[in-house]
Amino acid sequence: MVSNATSYTGSGLRDWLIQRVSAVVLGAYILFLLVFFMSHSGMEYATWEGLFGQLWMKVFTFVALLSLYAHAWIGVWTVLTDYIKPVAIRVTLEVLVVLSLLTYLIWGIVVVWSI
Amino acid sequence: MKASETKKVHFQIYRYNPDMDKSPSMQDYYLDVPADRDIMLLRALLMLKEQDGSITFRRSCGEGVCGSDGLNINGRNGLACITPLSSLKQPVILRPLPSFPVIRDLVVDMTQFYRQYEKIKPYLQNDEPAPAEERLQSPKDRAKLDGLYECILCACCSGSCPSFWWNPDKFIGPAGLLQAYRFIIDSRDTHTDQRLSELDDPFSVFRCRGIMNCVDVCPKGLNPTRAIGKLRSLLLQHGS
Repeated sequence: MVSNATSYTGSGLRDWLIQRVSAVVLGAYILFLLVFFMSHSGMEYATWEGLFGQLWMKVFTFVALLSLYAHAWIGVWTVLTDYIKPVAIRVTLEVLVVLSLLTYLIWGIVVVWSI
Repeated sequence: MKASETKKVHFQIYRYNPDMDKSPSMQDYYLDVPADRDIMLLRALLMLKEQDGSITFRRSCGEGVCGSDGLNINGRNGLACITPLSSLKQPVILRPLPSFPVIRDLVVDMTQFYRQYEKIKPYLQNDEPAPAEERLQSPKDRAKLDGLYECILCACCSGSCPSFWWNPDKFIGPAGLLQAYRFIIDSRDTHTDQRLSELDDPFSVFRCRGIMNCVDVCPKGLNPTRAIGKLRSLLLQHGS
């Protein structure tokens, strides 16, 4: 058993499962947005607001943002633990990544909930 | 051997003696080999050693059973003793197994690799009282070990795995994981839960990204990626 303090959940199985489930959520969200934008040519603010103003879309966006937060944490953490060996540099980068992700998450929620 | 009966083969061999050399280098060698028949790469290496006694490599059985002569041959890991010379493009470039610390020339330090193997406890563990003769296994249960027990620990797979290159101290690697699965599904082993619990961290199993280099190079035709997939399924059943 290899212990680790900076991985998303500390469990390999949980990280792995979350990364797969969040990938499906993000895939569905991106596909949905693509179809929506392609089927609404000449987009206006009203169309956009009409979509994002609805509660189900807010929840869908919130779940997608949360998925992005977890997915990117696990993914970037994996890359950093592969390639950055000096502990001080790696942990600094890991903390910066997590703080940025947290900022994006909160910012995204504020934006979507203010519509 | 007459010249007409032989052909010349060009080799480039990684040379490094840490006691003498500042850095490793590639050295050119030319060897006359019989034109009318094929020889294995190991045979060619032994002939080269007659030319230059300082070339260092491991070998033992010479028939793909002991796993001593795992090398990087033209960029691909394999066993010298079962690689026909005719199958190789010239110059034949020979390097030690990638990422393993070099002891000298083509001989690498396998300590880390064996340490990972040791971690998975590669022996049967059974808490039930031992029977008078032996622990029996049905032919069906025995068949589950096919494709797993044949591993000869040559390290060709782990030496071709980037996840093992970057984290050889934390990721068990394809060879060790193939054996982990071999003992977990053995009907005679009763430590399945403990074995699985010891693997549930972000490195031991889950550092595998499934790129299948291990499957591509295994000289015994085994499939560590499939075993790792089965381990993941078992961990999911065990942990959910």
